[in-house]
Amino acid sequence: MDKRHRSSYLINLLVILVVYGILQTLIGTGIFNNYFKSIIIFICINIIMATSLNFSTGFLGQLVLGHAGFMAIGAYTAATLGVLMHSVAGMPPIVTITVSIIAGGILAALTGVAIGIPALRLRGDYLEIMTLAFGEIVRIAINNLKFTGGAQGFTGIPRLMSFTYVYFAMVVCVAFLMLLSRSRHGRAIISIRENEIAAESVGINSTRYKVTGLAISALVGGIGGGLFTFQMGFLQPTLFGFMRSVDILVIVVLGGMGSITGSVIAAIVFTILPEALRDFNEYRMVAYALLLIVMMILRPQGIFGTRELSITKLLRRTRAKTKKIDTESLKGGDD
Amino acid sequence: MTLLEVNKLMMNFGGLIAVDDFHLKIEEHELVGLIGPNGAGKTTIFNLLTGNHYPTEGDIKLCGKSVVGKKPYDIVAMGAGRTFQNIRLFNNLTVLDNIKIAYNKSMSYSYLSGILRSPKYWRQEKKADKACLELLAVFDLDGYAYSIASSLPYGQQRKLEIARALATQPKVLLLDEPAAGMNPNETAELMETIKFVRNEFDIAILLIEHDMNLVMGICERIVCIDYGKIIAEGLPNEIKKNPDVIKAYLGE
Amino acid sequence: MEFFLQQIVNTLRIGSIYAVIAIGYTMVYGIVKLINFAHGEIMVFGSYFAFLLATYSGLNFVWILLISMTLTAILGVVIEKIAYTPLRKAPRLSALITAIGMSFLLQNLMLIIFGSTPKRMPELISMKPFDVGVVKIDSITIITVGLSVLFMIILQLFVKQTKPGKAMRAVALDKDAAILMGINVNAVISLTFAIGSALGALGGILYSIAFTQVYPTMGIMPGLKAFVAAVLGGIGIMPGAMLGGFLIGLVETFTKAYISTTWADGIVFLILIIVLLVKPAGLLGKNRKDKV
Repeated sequence: MDKRHRSSYLINLLVILVVYGILQTLIGTGIFNNYFKSIIIFICINIIMATSLNFSTGFLGQLVLGHAGFMAIGAYTAATLGVLMHSVAGMPPIVTITVSIIAGGILAALTGVAIGIPALRLRGDYLEIMTLAFGEIVRIAINNLKFTGGAQGFTGIPRLMSFTYVYFAMVVCVAFLMLLSRSRHGRAIISIRENEIAAESVGINSTRYKVTGLAISALVGGIGGGLFTFQMGFLQPTLFGFMRSVDILVIVVLGGMGSITGSVIAAIVFTILPEALRDFNEYRMVAYALLLIVMMILRPQGIFGTRELSITKLLRRTRAKTKKIDTESLKGGDD
Repeated sequence: MTLLEVNKLMMNFGGLIAVDDFHLKIEEHELVGLIGPNGAGKTTIFNLLTGNHYPTEGDIKLCGKSVVGKKPYDIVAMGAGRTFQNIRLFNNLTVLDNIKIAYNKSMSYSYLSGILRSPKYWRQEKKADKACLELLAVFDLDGYAYSIASSLPYGQQRKLEIARALATQPKVLLLDEPAAGMNPNETAELMETIKFVRNEFDIAILLIEHDMNLVMGICERIVCIDYGKIIAEGLPNEIKKNPDVIKAYLGE
Repeated sequence: MEFFLQQIVNTLRIGSIYAVIAIGYTMVYGIVKLINFAHGEIMVFGSYFAFLLATYSGLNFVWILLISMTLTAILGVVIEKIAYTPLRKAPRLSALITAIGMSFLLQNLMLIIFGSTPKRMPELISMKPFDVGVVKIDSITIITVGLSVLFMIILQLFVKQTKPGKAMRAVALDKDAAILMGINVNAVISLTFAIGSALGALGGILYSIAFTQVYPTMGIMPGLKAFVAAVLGGIGIMPGAMLGGFLIGLVETFTKAYISTTWADGIVFLILIIVLLVKPAGLLGKNRKDKV
């Protein structure tokens, strides 16, 4: 790889580590108490949920209204394995968590393929309706099956999640999606969103890419669900209903469908905001809903649209302004 | 070698026969025009050739192999490229990305390679960038490489669509009304571009057009259809004087 | 045998409610291609209007019904003008998200105004059981089915015979052509929302009479089920909504009676998925292909 890319990666890595360092210090020294710590953990999980939904809805362009269903599958799978591995087999936490969440992700991905193959043949509204039905069926199934604990919920899950784990899991997931979107497969997926018929006319196998795109979205969503499990310690079907899917969708839409950085920033804002406004519960929801409606009317592409924020580009631009460097070097994609 | 061979093509849309007993043969290097009044079935024929519709009856062979029932993306791999009546670019992407997507076939690195940024990834991406920029340069579009496709002037967008179709290295190129919406200057430039493409890229071209200047100017052979049926075919001079053709366009 | 016939009666009751609500979804979709997620909440507003009128005014049932339906119709038009009209040209997704937002907004407004405690719907129709042969039918069921069928017939006549009705069909078929024909498309769209909302209110009021309660989140499940009904019958097709409503009522009632209560909702969604896979245009719908 060339120098420009290498320096770009290093800068991003540095920022990631610095942010981690700051947050971990705040938590470790107790400046951030448990309440704040759990909020930060939920921010990381919401980032994973939002970016994964963005991949199917924003990048692939197929609106998924039942993303919570993938989260649920990941969560309950991880919960089952987690209890087995930790409480029964006594495996070390990091092994338990890693194996469980990956298993959850894979199961979610397989589900994504299973519904994707029939569903992605449908055009427009029908696909959305299908995904909505999928999400609801998952919730109802969890509610009714005995081994998931039914309506009372799945309790007794070891609360093994730490900030460090969830932060780096988040980094891995976001990096995974970002790097994928800038590869030939990511471009193919985006081309389907842009103009499916044109994409097919230049040789893109739309069926295969659509199913793969949905599966990847489900995979990461399922991993998010698994992380959620080990933070919560218990699961209930009501946590994964249509409302949850909508919560995540709102974050994606407001951040900008097609912008991973948009999803990240929106996830941060819209995890903190409801907490901060917790006392004003119903008014908060009204404000939320109004914000959504106003945004759609005034700026439907969300804050970032399909653009990404690049730290490297920002730094270069600042440098260029102060040192008057030849702006030729700003052209081209950065990672 | 016969690049494209169409026999007894028939398309019945639930009672409406859009294409009836259509036949066509295109050899290497040919520049053939498909004309006919509006609604004659020209775009439907294109859609049948490229797999966007499946014919009710008939056979279509591309380089000797049948394409009937195959998906559009498979037919592209077999050697057909096309442009659309209403330009279908990837509007929000850059000009370069538009081409690179068409270049996907020529790249082979896996998902894992892409994510881990393996040497194969860098190598193939670099090669792709180079090839795509060269292709853009051929069309004088390399200056726009990093601009958003939808920001291009109309005439350049058309050229971009043609360039993108060529990135799949087709043997036959199907152009659907490439001169639509162009003024005489742009059309003249387009005529040169089409001839140049045929010569440079060593392909055959089948085009649908309403602009008779363009058709008469560059097509070596013309097929005229009306109500889904062929009413005349031959050299431009013959077609110009053919009474059936004149009747189809101007009425009695 | 009696049990079976009793379920048929139940089916008619809940099915007619779903049918009436489903018509609202289908009319709006037919004319602006929008899935009005807020329809369930509009339905609940209708119930609340009826509740207020029943509790604080001395009016009889018929007046309460008509006034509530009118008020809800106005609400529907207001919502349309404020939130949906600006998005007529916007991508489908934006309009859909706005509808979802509107649904939230209305739900939470009701929570703030009326509180989350369910309100008891006054007995607007006196509960009188009738014995018809081996089944028990009560007056509520009779009135529910009767009113629903009555309004559906009125609607069909309106759409087929009157000028505004024909205009509605025209706009649903081809908006641009309708404009060229001199039809005031905006007025037609507003009228559609008004009628759809009024029918939603009817459904809501009948629902809350049958279940004796009104609460802000009452509309979510019936709304979703009515929506499934509309899709099942063929979204955008009015007779389809009616058919779908009764079919969903049938499935739900018989699942609850013979299989299990908790799985009933799941089966409804399963049906939706099957319909979408086998015939997405719905039972009465026609398949349409994209123009290439």
